[in-house]
Amino acid sequence: MLASRNPIKLDWITIFLYIALVSIGWVNIYSASFNDASTSFFDFSQVYTKQMMFICLSVVLIIFILAVDTKFYERFSSIIYILSLLSLIGLFFFGKNINGATSWYGIGSFTFQPSEFAKAATALALAKYVSDIQTNLKEFNHQIKALIIIILPALFVIPQPDPGSALVYVALIFPLYREGLHFIYLLLGFIVAALFVVTLAFGIAWIAVGIILIAILLYFINKKKNKRTSLFKYSIITIACIGFSFSVNFIFENVLEQRHRDRFNIVLGKEVDNANIGYNTNQSEIAIGSGGWTGKGWLQGTQTMGKFVPEQDTDYIFSTVGEEWGFLGSILVVFLFLALIIRVLVLAERQKSQYSRVYGYSVASILFIHFFINIGMVTGLLPTIGIPLPFFSYGGSGLWGFTILLFIFIRFDATNYINR
Amino acid sequence: MRKFLLLFIVLITGLLFTSRLFYLQVYDTSAQISSDNNAIKKKFDYPQRGFIFDRNGKLLVSNQPSYDVMVIPKNVEPLDTLEFCKLLKITKSDFDEILRKARRYSPRLPSVVVPQFTKEEYAYLSEKMHKYKGFYIQKRALRNYRVSHSANVFGYIAEVNNQIIKKNSYYQMGDLIGKAGVEQEYEEILRGTKGVNYIQTDRFNRVIGSYKEGIYDTLPVNGKDITLTIDERLQKYGEELLINKRGGIVAIEPATGEILALVTASNYDPGLLVGRERSKNFTKLWYDTISRPLFDRVLQGEYPPGSPFKTLTALIGLQEGVIDTNEQISCHGGYHYGGKKPLGCHHHKSPLNMIGGIANSCNAYFCTVYRRSIEKYPTPQEGIDNWRKHLESFGLGNYMGYDLPAGKKGLIPTSNFYNRWYQYPKYKWYATATISNAIGQGEVLLTPMQMVNFTAAIANRGWYYKPHILKNIKDIDTINKKYTTRYNTTIDSKHFGPIVQGMYDVYNKGTAAYIQIPGIEICGKTGTAENFTKIDGKRVQLTDHSIFVAFAPKDNPKIAIAVFVENGYWGSRWAGRIAGLMIEKYLKGEITRKDMEDFVLNGSLEEEYAKPYSGETFNINN
Repeated sequence: MLASRNPIKLDWITIFLYIALVSIGWVNIYSASFNDASTSFFDFSQVYTKQMMFICLSVVLIIFILAVDTKFYERFSSIIYILSLLSLIGLFFFGKNINGATSWYGIGSFTFQPSEFAKAATALALAKYVSDIQTNLKEFNHQIKALIIIILPALFVIPQPDPGSALVYVALIFPLYREGLHFIYLLLGFIVAALFVVTLAFGIAWIAVGIILIAILLYFINKKKNKRTSLFKYSIITIACIGFSFSVNFIFENVLEQRHRDRFNIVLGKEVDNANIGYNTNQSEIAIGSGGWTGKGWLQGTQTMGKFVPEQDTDYIFSTVGEEWGFLGSILVVFLFLALIIRVLVLAERQKSQYSRVYGYSVASILFIHFFINIGMVTGLLPTIGIPLPFFSYGGSGLWGFTILLFIFIRFDATNYINR
Repeated sequence: MRKFLLLFIVLITGLLFTSRLFYLQVYDTSAQISSDNNAIKKKFDYPQRGFIFDRNGKLLVSNQPSYDVMVIPKNVEPLDTLEFCKLLKITKSDFDEILRKARRYSPRLPSVVVPQFTKEEYAYLSEKMHKYKGFYIQKRALRNYRVSHSANVFGYIAEVNNQIIKKNSYYQMGDLIGKAGVEQEYEEILRGTKGVNYIQTDRFNRVIGSYKEGIYDTLPVNGKDITLTIDERLQKYGEELLINKRGGIVAIEPATGEILALVTASNYDPGLLVGRERSKNFTKLWYDTISRPLFDRVLQGEYPPGSPFKTLTALIGLQEGVIDTNEQISCHGGYHYGGKKPLGCHHHKSPLNMIGGIANSCNAYFCTVYRRSIEKYPTPQEGIDNWRKHLESFGLGNYMGYDLPAGKKGLIPTSNFYNRWYQYPKYKWYATATISNAIGQGEVLLTPMQMVNFTAAIANRGWYYKPHILKNIKDIDTINKKYTTRYNTTIDSKHFGPIVQGMYDVYNKGTAAYIQIPGIEICGKTGTAENFTKIDGKRVQLTDHSIFVAFAPKDNPKIAIAVFVENGYWGSRWAGRIAGLMIEKYLKGEITRKDMEDFVLNGSLEEEYAKPYSGETFNINN
């Protein structure tokens, strides 16, 4: 089962992008975690040394992944998925609480975060289910089943609590759409999200008025084209939309906790409280903004060296890039991510098997949503949602999780032209 | 379509992030400032302010340490306000107000909470300060005045206000700046330059080292000591003589223009404007609009000069060739011209030549000379402007350019002035309309400083140096060139002899004969100037001002002096005596005319000054 007999052809562009991101990431982790005690490179109490160790171990991991035959993943997708779910459930009993979240297993000083691996497992399971010859995403019960595969891990992750990681699974709607899910689901999702944001930004009254006006406008435009346009249908949709807005308002005011409300309000510009709630975002924007065109230079960022940005070696690592490497360094990193995601998409499209295509799409979607939410948060475009920047943020589980996710696909791609 | 949706979203996101980064990093530069404010703190090293010495090397002003309680509002944590207020000796509402203002000025920059604690208070405070986060003690140097006089010369130092900070980036909240006198004039020399250390801090405001290894740091440069031209003993004596009087004394060395004494009364002890009581005392001085202790009468007081001005009338007459020294002019109890009422004169023998005219201060004589000098020209306009040109060469009618930050121009009217006054050409005016100028009344106004300057020019027989108060700056050899440049008047030096002789006769046998001091040959000129005030909108005449200008000795003069005593009646009564005493003090170091000294020291004009405020009718010139 190991050591494939088939010749494999690795996609070196993807591998190069991976190496570039991991290396640049480490250089910035070094800066973000630099402190007075930073003397020896081989001091294993230092974050950057640990990260270097994780990177080295990734290489071992990569060799293993590439050595395993494609069929193994396909055959054992369900088992890997179930094991992954069990590891998430196990957290409720054996989990270790770090910073208020029970997302880790602790074995001695070593900690392990199963949710980072669950993404790859879910992608495998989803690919397996969708590529099944009997699955038809046009059918409602198949849609539900696919949805359950996606939602289960998210449900276990939310109460840890880690809503950020749960949000990632939303991205898996993209592979489903690619494989035939109706566009209406995406549109619905978009409308829901948009209504959510504008309701909070402008208040329920204005939104209700706005919705009614748009509905009336659309109704009369359609009426001209099509005499049989039903007023009833429009009324129902309008009422549904307004009802949704009301429920958003209700959930926001009564279900969400104050800290969540604060995060939204800051991004919507409703509250400016740079000393407390908005501190992270504000300091991160200052760090990035003060970088200018070319940045302050490596280890020269005053925000970075003064540790003004919390979590700077993990979720806020991009602010170090912004401060020390400036606009040019920042867009280089942004372009590297874009290149990687697009490359994975291109590779996914050229897969001969539906299984590896769905998986490839899942990989691209997961990478994209991490990239989108993380950079969006660090640059102050999105509320504070704690998820790491792939390959960049400090952490063994995260790095390995993404490495496994990506290299399984590279392995698929390497033999795709021989498979089937 | 299905293939490209995600690709499309990815590209849109890339565009969004690129433009967001462009906005944050390139377009909006405010983050750079925020980041510097965050992490880079400036710590200042305040240099020692320069000392001030008198011309004989006596230390007048030095420094003493003082301790300000400062606050950085951002770092303030909840505290026991009541206890803290008790410690600082302020009320809770004061404290809240101070904190509110500090926050409005800047949450990140330090502001003063309570300034100027003494060393003893500091010892007690420093034990407790650690309890109050965001507050700290900043050591500064305050002035230590070694003498209780010369407040008008020194000026004072005070905290900079917001306008100064906005205009001059050197200053920061709580910094001190010279605010009048030499403290203001020589601020940059005295203050030195503060040193700056750029310190990099982390988010807990802990120091994590110097910024960029200190390449931007600077060392403080101490202020330079300065020596004034003031003679401390003479200055002190002058202020003693003016106790209970209002007016000014200014003495200069004619050969150099150095100001030997610059006394104004009412005055105050410079020590009042130091320390915790400073603002209370300052308010008190500021609102004393009756005796006006902050008003420097020598520099800012514009008065009709009275009879001393006649010397200039005579000099202009000689230069214009409209009179010689021998011509005798008779006086019939005044000068009779067109009008119904003559310009009156006091009783003296008649007729008089020039020397006699000066010695007896004959009004008719000088009106004649003045009228001739104006009427020499085809129009009175030309005559007046020519007359003014001569006076300007004595430094009159404009700012004099001395090195003190207060002053007035005085007034030497131009032809335009009279044209406007008499609505020329609708109405014509002639020399006689301005005849009072001849005797230093009328429109002419001079500051005592201008009076002493023309006196010095007479003493020098035709030239002067601009009066100045800075003798030298330590370690700097030269002073401003404008104080070592000789200014010549438009009057030929040969014309000064008779004037000097006349002034000598004033002292020897004329209007100031009774202030004679054995062994000193003084040339002087008395003045008695009419003046008016308004009471309830009505013009009311007050007792005349007593004026005296003099120099001594007659040949090779060492001192020129102008004394002005408000409402002191005739010239020699107060001003003459005071000038005599000052001259003797300066030339001999001790006083022989004890009777005269007692008269002045014990005399008071407070009763005179109270008259206009009494609300009753009163007599003047008694």
